[in-house]
Amino acid sequence: MTNKGLLVHTALGLYCPKADVYLDPWKPVKKAILSHGHADHARWGSSSYLCTPTAAPVIKYRLGEINLETLPFGEEKLINGVSFSFHPAGHILGSAQIKVSYKGEIVVFSGDYKTANDGFSEAFEPVKCHTFITESTFGLPVYHWQDQKWVFNEMEEWCKNNRNNGQLSILYGYSLGKAQRILQGLPESVGPIFTHSTIEAVLNVMRNQGVSLKNTIPVNEHLTRADLLSGVIIAPPAVQNSNWLKKFEPIRNGVVSGWMALRGARRRRNADKGFVLSDHADWEGLNEAISLTGAENIFVTHGYTDILSKWLIDKGLNAHPLETNFEGDEVL
Amino acid sequence: MPILWKQISKGMRYFETLFLSLEETTKTNEKVSALIDYLSSVPDEDKMWMIGIFSGRRPKRTVSTKNLRRWAAEKAAIPLWLFEESYHIVGDLSETIALLLPPPAIEVQKSLNDWIQLILSLDKMEEDKQREIVFDAWDSLNTSSRFIFNKLITGGFRVGVSQKLMAKALAEFTHIDPSDIALKLMGEWSPLTYSFKSLIENEENEGSHSRPYPFHLAYSINEVTDLKGEPADWVAEYKWDGIRGQAIFRYGHYFLWSRGEELITDKFPEFEHLSSVIPPGTVLDGEILPFKDGLILPFQHIQTRVTRKKITSAILKVNPVVFRVYDLLEWEGKDIRTKPFIERRTLLDQLFTSIDSTLPLQLSPVLPFAEFDELKILREASSENGSEGLMLKNKHSTYSAGRKKGEWWKWKIDPFTVDAILIYAQSGHGRRANLYTDFTFAVYSQEGDLLPFTKAYSGLTDKEFIEINQWIKKNTLERFGPVRKVTAELVFEIAFEGIQESKRHKSGIALRFPRMVRWRKDKVIAEANTLEDLQLLLKKSR
Repeated sequence: MTNKGLLVHTALGLYCPKADVYLDPWKPVKKAILSHGHADHARWGSSSYLCTPTAAPVIKYRLGEINLETLPFGEEKLINGVSFSFHPAGHILGSAQIKVSYKGEIVVFSGDYKTANDGFSEAFEPVKCHTFITESTFGLPVYHWQDQKWVFNEMEEWCKNNRNNGQLSILYGYSLGKAQRILQGLPESVGPIFTHSTIEAVLNVMRNQGVSLKNTIPVNEHLTRADLLSGVIIAPPAVQNSNWLKKFEPIRNGVVSGWMALRGARRRRNADKGFVLSDHADWEGLNEAISLTGAENIFVTHGYTDILSKWLIDKGLNAHPLETNFEGDEVL
Repeated sequence: MPILWKQISKGMRYFETLFLSLEETTKTNEKVSALIDYLSSVPDEDKMWMIGIFSGRRPKRTVSTKNLRRWAAEKAAIPLWLFEESYHIVGDLSETIALLLPPPAIEVQKSLNDWIQLILSLDKMEEDKQREIVFDAWDSLNTSSRFIFNKLITGGFRVGVSQKLMAKALAEFTHIDPSDIALKLMGEWSPLTYSFKSLIENEENEGSHSRPYPFHLAYSINEVTDLKGEPADWVAEYKWDGIRGQAIFRYGHYFLWSRGEELITDKFPEFEHLSSVIPPGTVLDGEILPFKDGLILPFQHIQTRVTRKKITSAILKVNPVVFRVYDLLEWEGKDIRTKPFIERRTLLDQLFTSIDSTLPLQLSPVLPFAEFDELKILREASSENGSEGLMLKNKHSTYSAGRKKGEWWKWKIDPFTVDAILIYAQSGHGRRANLYTDFTFAVYSQEGDLLPFTKAYSGLTDKEFIEINQWIKKNTLERFGPVRKVTAELVFEIAFEGIQESKRHKSGIALRFPRMVRWRKDKVIAEANTLEDLQLLLKKSR
């Protein structure tokens, strides 16, 4: 795949034959280097794992008893003469781009990333390289993110309105990443933050690793409706339309995701309100990141691979789409 | 409620808010209250445009969508192919444009009417000048207002405001009876020719002579056991597959309306001389059917009648029609919709005793039955009589606007099905963007060629679509833009309502309402149906 075969694209994922290492492998392997802890990147069953120190506790919590080593951002690890290092991807806490270099050739695998600083995850840093493997989840020019301050104001307004109408506000976001971003970003005026147990568990893992997070109250049977109405509930997307919510009616569902930029997606998700807040780069972000690497070869993965590649080729870059097994997961 | 100047200055924002709230809720009460909020906040012209837009009376299109696409790509500084790809994924032209454009320079607030007048002023203007005005508008609107502006230009508001809902909101707002409002909203009017006062608030207006009644519609049933009451409470008729029409005879004039509220009088000149036999003050509800030598012809014959701009005598000869009547809504100048169905039908039968049988006007027969079970036999025989099932009407029901459970039921014959092979996949629009959901299916010909014969979109679950999507990615043979050619391997059961000859398709066959009913994982392609099977079906259905 790359000039000298430093990385190859296999059925198990990106593979470095020289070091016998896989990056975010899809199936169990001997040595796995992980960009971050989301389920489509960190899979169970490999013999050994390497990730950043801030990403490690949640990955351990999710994958259980695994053989996990950490490597701080910016430090090098040599495996059979190949150098590996992590560089902040700005996607979620501890998320990294993985830099692979050997005999002067540098390849960077972006993992998932966003270029805007969310004030919580380690901010994205561009890394110069010859070959850049970029994600393209939102690789279409229709995706432009607003400043997150604007989105949080919109959330505040919405929560207040619902409360005035006697409706309970529920915000849906992934327990790893989006939930922390919502929690840290919501203005204090929305009142106490109540959490679903899945989210509280991840928050507690992070608190135990010394990350400073706002106070939350796990939803429990002692809380009255009036208690809950004084604040906001944060829940994982899977909970929407489940029995867990029945007892809270009347409620309003606010889905927090980059996909909410499209009306079709809002309807599909049955959202009363869609908040466009993403942990992935938007169109400008992707283009900016790609250009900052100075790479002459671009591989486009995870998302609108064909379209972004063609656009990059139009701009004179050497770009190729790279299909993954997990596109099915992202469209949900 | 008095209108405040401050509110008016907010202009189109009200319409935007209304549009978004209508889209965000499925609850009737919330929709009605959003409509009333809007009506209470805007001047009369904006009220009229809202009613017009949501009842399909959009302003005339003054700019071609082709130009809009070109200009949007130019303004967004992207190549046209990227615009088209984005459009394909977003699924809505107005939304795509709104999202692609750079942020506005300064936001300008104008009323809905002002924006529409601006759009209307583009008519017959030179292209460069049009482009300049559209660019200016885009530059002065934020993303969501731009979306509305683009919708106003392209006219594609497809939001759920039924006639009934609109009438309900207007009735609450004006304190006029909802059925009066529903009647006023029917027929040919436009926000350019009528003011809110003249259309809604006035007792009578000039257009009222041609005005049709809102159509009463039927719900579907699957089992005859779903019928309530005794067999004697019900009337059975055949269900005809033509164009639903309402023929109006008033003051010596004749008008014919389609269910889509289009005046189609001119498309069917053979009915014109009926006004000499039907007394004035009569309104008939029935089906326009292609009919020759005592037989009902395939539906395609009537399609040419509606699609052609000019109806020549040749077309009349090749595609003759009849109006098969099943209800009487107005008699001796009086609205009799509140009379029970059986009384209306008796009056209709009386009217037909004096109608010459050579006229293109027929009575849809009532099918006698004593027990509900007999309906099954009638239904099975319905296709032999050129119909697509049965209509079951409650004898005591009134003719209300729209659908009402328990009054009229349609009981269609089971659809045809074939097992076909998936050969092309294309990603979906809107709700299904990012997923391959538009499939083309083929069958083998006697010569062993795989011939595509139909497309189908709906019918599978999201879970199945995801599974098929992963399969498609692994089994792509070729790509043409958004379309992928895949290995001929998967078999699907396709259901459809009718089959016709078609010169446009290589297979020589066209289906009506095809959809996927099942992914036949149990079948290999050799077990799928063949072109021969389809040709046999075609022969049988004639």
